[in-house]
Amino acid sequence: MALLQIDNLTVEFETATGWFKAVDGVSLSVQNGEVLAIVGESGSGKSVAMLAVMGLLPWTAKITADRMLFEGRDIQKISPAERRKLIGKDIAMIFQEPIASLNPCFTVGFQIEEVLRVHLGLDRQARRARAIELFKQVGLPNPEERLGSFPHQMSGGQCQRVMIAIAIACNPKLLIADEPTTALDVTIQKQILDLIMSLQAKNGMGLIMITHDMGVVAETADRVVVQYKGRKMEEADVLSLFENPKSNYTKALLAALPENATGDRLTTVSAFFDGTPEPAQGTGLGANA
Amino acid sequence: MTDNTMLEVRDIKRDYELSGGLFKPKKIIHAVKGISFKLERGKTLAIVGESGCGKSTLARMITFIDEPTAGDLLIDGKKVDTRPGRLTHEMRQKVQIVFQNPYGSLNPRQKIGDVLGEPLAINTDISAEERRHRANEMLKKVGLGPEHYNRYPHMFSGGQRQRIAIARALMLNPKLLVLDEPVSALDLSVQAQVLNLLADLQDEFNLTYVFISHDLSVVRYIADEVMVMYFGEAVEYGTRDEVFSDPKHEYTRTLFAATPRADVETIRQRIAKKKAMAEA
Repeated sequence: MALLQIDNLTVEFETATGWFKAVDGVSLSVQNGEVLAIVGESGSGKSVAMLAVMGLLPWTAKITADRMLFEGRDIQKISPAERRKLIGKDIAMIFQEPIASLNPCFTVGFQIEEVLRVHLGLDRQARRARAIELFKQVGLPNPEERLGSFPHQMSGGQCQRVMIAIAIACNPKLLIADEPTTALDVTIQKQILDLIMSLQAKNGMGLIMITHDMGVVAETADRVVVQYKGRKMEEADVLSLFENPKSNYTKALLAALPENATGDRLTTVSAFFDGTPEPAQGTGLGANA
Repeated sequence: MTDNTMLEVRDIKRDYELSGGLFKPKKIIHAVKGISFKLERGKTLAIVGESGCGKSTLARMITFIDEPTAGDLLIDGKKVDTRPGRLTHEMRQKVQIVFQNPYGSLNPRQKIGDVLGEPLAINTDISAEERRHRANEMLKKVGLGPEHYNRYPHMFSGGQRQRIAIARALMLNPKLLVLDEPVSALDLSVQAQVLNLLADLQDEFNLTYVFISHDLSVVRYIADEVMVMYFGEAVEYGTRDEVFSDPKHEYTRTLFAATPRADVETIRQRIAKKKAMAEA
């Protein structure tokens, strides 16, 4: 049984000109301990699809899916109270802007202990001990002192470490990382990716890595889903995707990488791809598992 | 050789003073600590470094937005008097800048035609009709059309806006263009288009670029010379091939090692490593 299985997910928003499909019939699945990367440019619906899983979309969004199973349970059908117990505990998410996703009014210690209180019901001392342990795990120096810090007193990389600590506080089975390193410097990005990957390997979590950076995909993923304008263009394991891309859109994306430049000018996407989404190429390894 | 030097920077420095509180002494931050380089006409110098290393401060000094605390700036062989009020219109026309975020660098209440005409209106006494004509010509050059003249910035995508920002910078026929992370906010496919546009424009007008970036793959593609900055100092400076094939400084090597690679060989190695870990 797949850890998360989504069949035919569609997310629509109402606009002045009618319903706009941000996600259009996307199916994907993640196994225990697997790293799935979802790649796409802005507007490809990669974040929206995962926000739908988390239940974080505004009420104006119309979400339909044939199935949205987490460990065999359909998360569309469970009550909001049950869903709240699941989200943040078994499914956790890390967002792009670390400084913006922490509450500036509370210390980071309060924010991590809140998770431990709500989901695990630990008492004050146990919460503090666990928070310190988590901060050590994510490599924050002086964890005891750090608990009393406010987000603005920390750097972007440190805030992202706090976010990761909060996300893994309850040992989630599935971690969704939405562009976790886009706002960070290259050297910090390396540290954060290494941290996420080592935690993933150690805890055996399923990991969904949402990114637009082909380099990040190459360095982290087992399997890759490529999205464009809300549709899945291709699904393949990471090596075949880079070695032998099937869909024209993936070919175009890879050709547009500056490191793949041949000659004087870069290949632009339009050289391969006329902008009309084509049927998805390839079936994932986990699609029918 | 001297006649071909477009930009020369000699030991340029910039300090920022943080005013202290009642009981707090003043604090001086040395943002740029003495940087020197020479750049030939028609070439591209890439400046690389992480946030806070002073690369944007350097860009601001080259474009006269900030006054250097010490050091000399020579443009086209002439020493520039950077004191406020001493800058000539002619100097300002020679150097233009393109900023990182095309959503923030265009006035949302100004039509594109007025965006492009404004530098001419301020710096020259060209007639309104001629300004309109030149703006339309420039729109064509950057891959837009005359139909875009009367539109507002919100009607354009990020890539189109960056084209407009580039067009605005080119309106005064500058010789030196400072590009402060011009493609970092753009998608991969759009990034390729904008980089191609910059290469075309460089060929056409023999422009000199100072290209600021944190993305090493872009730098490797576009630069002739590379400077790596770290805490306000230039820790590495040389031709692209020198820097990329034989980095001298520890920080440059860290930077290269940290850059994710999107090639098949790296993926193979990673997967092999993971398998070995799983079996052990």
